[in-house]
Amino acid sequence: MKRDDFSWMIGGVQGSGVDTSATIFARAAASGGLHVFGKREYYSNIKGEHSYFQVRVSKGTIRSHVDTVDMLATFEEETIFRHALEVRSEGAIIYDPDQDPKRLDQIPTVEANVRAALNAELSKAGLSADVKGIVELARRRGAHIYPIPYNTILKDVGAKHGETSLSALQRMLNVVAVAASFALLGYDEEVVKASVRNHFRSKPKVAEMNADAVGAAYDHVGQKYAGSFSYRLSPMKSTDVKLFVRGNTMVAMAKELAGCRLQTYYPITPASDESEYLEAHSEIQLDGAAQGDPQASEVAAMKKGSIAVVQSEDEIAAVTMAIGGGLAGVRSSTSTSGPGFSLMAEGLGYAGMNEVPVVVTLYSRGGPSTGLPTRHEQGDLRFALHAGHGEFPRFVLASGDLEEAFYDTVRAFNYSEKYQTPLIHIVDKALANSDSTMSALDPTKVKIDRGAFLNEITTAVNGEFKRFQHTPTGVSPRAPLGTKGGVNWYTGDEHDELGHISEDPVNRDYMMEKRMGKLDLADREIPISERVNFFGPEDADITVVSWGSTKGAILDAMEWLKQDGITVNFIQVRLVNPFPTEYVARLLSKAKRIVGIEMNYSAQLIGVVRERTCIPIEQLVVKYNGRPMSSEEIYGALKMIYEGNAPKKLVLKHGA
Amino acid sequence: MALKLSDLKTSAHNDWCPGCGDFGILNAVQMALAEMNVDPSNTVVVSGVGCSSKVPHFIKTYGVHTLHGRAIPFATGIKLANPNMEVIVEGGDGDGMGIGAGHFVNSGRRNLDMLYIIHDNEVYGLTKGQAAPTLGLGKKTKSLPSPNINQSINPIMLAMASGYTWVARGYSYDVRHLKDLIIKGIRHKGYAFLDVLQPCPTYNDIQSKEYWAGEGNLDAAGKQLPRTYKMEEAGYDGVVHSDDPAEVERKVQQAMLKSFEFGDRTPLGVFYQNEFVSTYGDRLAGHSPSYKTNPPAAQEIALPDGAPLANISRLLDDLKV
Repeated sequence: MKRDDFSWMIGGVQGSGVDTSATIFARAAASGGLHVFGKREYYSNIKGEHSYFQVRVSKGTIRSHVDTVDMLATFEEETIFRHALEVRSEGAIIYDPDQDPKRLDQIPTVEANVRAALNAELSKAGLSADVKGIVELARRRGAHIYPIPYNTILKDVGAKHGETSLSALQRMLNVVAVAASFALLGYDEEVVKASVRNHFRSKPKVAEMNADAVGAAYDHVGQKYAGSFSYRLSPMKSTDVKLFVRGNTMVAMAKELAGCRLQTYYPITPASDESEYLEAHSEIQLDGAAQGDPQASEVAAMKKGSIAVVQSEDEIAAVTMAIGGGLAGVRSSTSTSGPGFSLMAEGLGYAGMNEVPVVVTLYSRGGPSTGLPTRHEQGDLRFALHAGHGEFPRFVLASGDLEEAFYDTVRAFNYSEKYQTPLIHIVDKALANSDSTMSALDPTKVKIDRGAFLNEITTAVNGEFKRFQHTPTGVSPRAPLGTKGGVNWYTGDEHDELGHISEDPVNRDYMMEKRMGKLDLADREIPISERVNFFGPEDADITVVSWGSTKGAILDAMEWLKQDGITVNFIQVRLVNPFPTEYVARLLSKAKRIVGIEMNYSAQLIGVVRERTCIPIEQLVVKYNGRPMSSEEIYGALKMIYEGNAPKKLVLKHGA
Repeated sequence: MALKLSDLKTSAHNDWCPGCGDFGILNAVQMALAEMNVDPSNTVVVSGVGCSSKVPHFIKTYGVHTLHGRAIPFATGIKLANPNMEVIVEGGDGDGMGIGAGHFVNSGRRNLDMLYIIHDNEVYGLTKGQAAPTLGLGKKTKSLPSPNINQSINPIMLAMASGYTWVARGYSYDVRHLKDLIIKGIRHKGYAFLDVLQPCPTYNDIQSKEYWAGEGNLDAAGKQLPRTYKMEEAGYDGVVHSDDPAEVERKVQQAMLKSFEFGDRTPLGVFYQNEFVSTYGDRLAGHSPSYKTNPPAAQEIALPDGAPLANISRLLDDLKV
């Protein structure tokens, strides 16, 4: 396996600017035309615990993270202890030599088992359990060590700007770490400065001081370590690196485009960012005919709209408010994560019973219960498929990457409204919190389909409108509350065509068949291209079945396996309900060796595949330690399976 | 054309028990809507689950009969989406102050412009008479195997503490007075709460029609005294007349004190009214002015060919590398 990318990691105490430094690094790389994929790991904590950010940079497309660390940038002791030994041989560690005497037993946030393991390694090597010792151990294992005198550099920069406050200077530690990294890589200094200035653009003085800190770090590295690190990173002309985005933002933008005008939420990690973005951008430009025309935003007399973003008292209120919005004819949604989604079950059933379009964006994280609030898992698929009592139709759609999340969000509203059925859109946390470069999005590719949506009622009898009228397809014309020309009713009870309570058995049969039949209709009407992705050759050594955020790591691993002469194809299921049974069964029937890959304990999708196609998949690769699968892990797993050395259920374990 | 009472009646069979207090409330709502000459297609009655929550099916406006305890958030979503619609919420006391108590309290913080009517009969009727949150400690209705071991909620006090800007109580057998209160509640600019004493002849033999009429409540001369009285007739003024914080505080305290009167002398009428508080719609428009001029339900979202009307070029610009 030959990687031609570069994996950079920065860590620090939560709240100390780790995010900022990673964003500056990633944007500086992206503005140099490089492809970037960033993954953030943090505790359920605001300040004090350890967090780290891994940014992978490449000249070609990358879609996932790797386990290997090529360069580790640190400015405090905990990151060194936790990650120094992850750095590959010939990799680099940047650190502050002032930290040398800091002892492992002085860091309260390091878990006892991590501490014991490190102590054992250090003692075996005859080294002291302090920063000096761990750095030496990493050096012996082949890492290049680059001590950077942060405080001297910062004091010099501070003196130039008349800044003597220690805390103000310390806020630039992360920028020095980023700049030292780029300097070692021989990356264009001006591109880094531009990225820093852009990041701090609202505070020009701070921006200049930080840009000077970049210069000082470059000077220091230039004097002491010029040319000493062999990996070079240079800007390139790229045609397909256009945007730098994060999962939550993609979904939020797509919601505005899709016409969502009511978003409700109760604060929960990792979903709230999306609602906060929407609230910050709740005024909407309505000159869609000028989409993509940069001049259009200058038109002063443009018509504007508004999305109402409401923080509710709980997720029961969040989903029922959104359903209320749907009844009033407004595309409405709510965003949540596992614990909140659990509270929404009864509301979903109401939407199913009353044929109300509503979209629930489910950012899945580690469960059950509070679980691992800031970590990764695909453990909610079965629940999304079955949440709620009784039987009612629902769509379950799962996106595999950020671009898909964007277009799927628009489709989500279309399916939900066209078939008048609740839809759960699963975006796992690994997508929500990952950053990535991508080629331009094209909003003009998107179409809105409202289905049988009425602006006025012309069929009322005696002022009453049959909202649940018998139709051949099961979909009845829908008029929002407030439509002139007639009225109708809704109830969670079984009901007749007008929406009045009915316990009549004949009516019950009709209504059950009407509601459930809409899924069969959708199954016939929605093209397979929107429901399943199939990658790789028709005929392959291994056929992978998976869903959601593992997509990127699987695709990256497939390329490496190809270099080894192992051919892999990949069935990525996106619309899990209604399940594309016939198509998936056909692909599987031709497969030589099928491998199910999922980030959960019980391989939930693989169970669904068996249920729907009657095809068992015995070989599984799963992971449930709260960390996402890396492309290296999947590469290793598939290779092991190919060589016949893997257990039936291969559990991946990597992660910090 | 003036709306007639009969225009507001539906063909749905009403299956409430004979003599149920809900009938009085239904009549009062229909009389109020007729008198206000509302547009039925621009009006919606939203309810929870329980006997009283069947009420939307009997009123010929749009009707949304929702889930147990969730009438308020459903109604909130409707009102947020279409602020020009007249939204009336109805439900039982168990629905609103038991299972839905979180919504009862938190919706008070929003001051949406709508009316919430609680049919307050102190029992869970549709599940055969269990104690509801308003039944007093130690009371034993005929439906209970033993006396109630929970204390009761004071709905007026709870509404005041939650921030409702119009708080009143009516009685289901004083339909004319109740109708007037409903009209006031609908006209109030902000979130109105109307607690309605509603005898349940089947399960609550304590707070019965006869009880409120004064059975056993005799004055010195042996004359039966009704257990309700009208506050306004006794000189009570719950209206906040200026936005002076001192007056607001005085009126809030007065309403809370008044809410302790219950039993042999139970006040009816408006405890509190304050129109100087911004509505939730105003507040949303504070950070998105178009919410007022082009609210969600009024917005077109697509061109005739299905192309989205929202132009997200500016949002994408922010993400350019």
